Amino acid sequence: MAASPTEAAAPAIELRGVRKHFGALCAVDGIDLRVRAGEILGLIGRNGAGKSTLFKLMLGLEQPTEGEVHVAGVRVGSPRFRDTRRRIGYLPENIALYDNLSGLETLRFFARLKGTPLHQCDTRLAEAGLSEAASRPVREYSKGMRQRLGLAQALLGSPRLLFFDEPTNGLDPQAIRDFYRRIHALRDGGATIVISSHILAELQQRVDRLAIIADGRLRASGSVAELRSRTAMPVVFALELAPGDIAAAAASLAGIENLGVTVTDRGLDLACPAAQRATVLEAVLRLGPRLRNLQINEPSLEDMFFGLER
Amino acid sequence: MSPINLRTIAGKELRDRMRNHWVLAIALVFTAFSLIIAYFGGAQQGTIGFRSLEFTITSLVSLVIYLIPLIGLLLGFDAIVAERERGSLDLLLTLPLTPLDLLLGKYLGLAAALALSTLLGFALVAGLLYIQFGNAALFHFGGFMLSALLLGMAFLSIAMLISVIARDRTRASGMAVAAWFAFVLVFDLLLLGVMVAGEGRWGGGALAYLLLLNPADVFRILNLFSAEQAAATYGLTQLLPPALARTPVMGAVMAAWIILPLMIASWRFKR
Repeated sequence: MAASPTEAAAPAIELRGVRKHFGALCAVDGIDLRVRAGEILGLIGRNGAGKSTLFKLMLGLEQPTEGEVHVAGVRVGSPRFRDTRRRIGYLPENIALYDNLSGLETLRFFARLKGTPLHQCDTRLAEAGLSEAASRPVREYSKGMRQRLGLAQALLGSPRLLFFDEPTNGLDPQAIRDFYRRIHALRDGGATIVISSHILAELQQRVDRLAIIADGRLRASGSVAELRSRTAMPVVFALELAPGDIAAAAASLAGIENLGVTVTDRGLDLACPAAQRATVLEAVLRLGPRLRNLQINEPSLEDMFFGLER
Repeated sequence: MSPINLRTIAGKELRDRMRNHWVLAIALVFTAFSLIIAYFGGAQQGTIGFRSLEFTITSLVSLVIYLIPLIGLLLGFDAIVAERERGSLDLLLTLPLTPLDLLLGKYLGLAAALALSTLLGFALVAGLLYIQFGNAALFHFGGFMLSALLLGMAFLSIAMLISVIARDRTRASGMAVAAWFAFVLVFDLLLLGVMVAGEGRWGGGALAYLLLLNPADVFRILNLFSAEQAAATYGLTQLLPPALARTPVMGAVMAAWIILPLMIASWRFKR
């Protein structure tokens, strides 16, 4: 797959022809992927698609059977990569923390292993909203608190590369919003972030680029807009009309090219290519007071996902 | 290998064992058993109390042979496999530490917990022996405690190997129990069986060297006071050539039993 112009700059993460076999099973099958510095990449795919293996390859937890993985310009698995780990933050799915340590002790434990100054632990706890629970054992934390502590752990040492596996599991809507606000601030500060998630709607508005993985292969990558144009999925205008107005409205819209018109029990559904959305909107607005309600449905990430993963 | 990483991981392991009262519980078990065995060990011969230093240590050797390997194995069998099973191993290995840092750090922390509980557990008997028999008692009992500690560390090292190669905690616990049976109960029985079946003609002197393949036997040999005592109390260990039955040699063999399983564990863990 050719790199887009935005990917051409020195990548923070680069996978070249990466394959990973576990015995007869091919978990990752020849993936080429570049993640540029300072972007948020969303990694999406079904369970068993190869996302977790890809994560492990990027983190150096698995070695590729074929190909190379470079993170921050260093080949993963090389002796130099150990130092690169200091610049990496990782939040695994369903993070398993040590129940008998307090929140503060947990962060201090990881800070020591990362070589991070211990005073940073208090700051990270405060940012996670856990200052008051700092001395409580983690076994008393709720799932959301554990996840926030896990995030605080990942952010120790101000890493430049962050890997989040299903990061919003267990978080309430406010905490999810805070989480993405936080990672956008980190991205704006130059950090590169890779997020794996099943919650496609959550990623849609919040990542710079998406990579769709299926059967160990990279099916597509690009921004949401790029993927949308690649799938050529129609924009759907749902028109609510009085029953007596439906036929006349359909007739007045009949002259528009590439417009699919479907009569529904509430009015009309108009499907058109994304590029024609303005023309259709103009025609719809000409219906005047006959139009009781209008809803414009862009193809969702889920629609694109199912369209692209095949 | 990073000393800071080792200290951090070892410190956490030790602190965990202190917090969940493991060290205290094991120390109390040792104190109770060692006092009972040392004091009532001669009851079958119609006497009670501390009869002699040799007799006390000989009685305690039997306690240690059964208890310390079990404790060492229970302490370490899930050190790595539990981290893998709960998903925290991946997180640890994304940090700037090597698998050896993790393995050795855990080993050192657990060994410190084992040492603390063993020394605390035997401290009371050591004090009583000192009151009864003076400084010499402390010297010999100190040697006994040190050898018990080495035995525990050897079995802890075997446990670490189990924790690396086992696929899950259930299998690891099964392997730990099997190792205890093999080293503590079955090994000597098999050697004796071979000797009796061959009426002493099979293997010649080589059979004696097989004792070195069992850290529990090495511990027995380290605590021999005399050949007569060996013949009277230990059965198989009387086979050992005098050249081998020397403290430095046996100490080196015990050290090998500590180092080799850890080296194999480290090699497997890196893969």
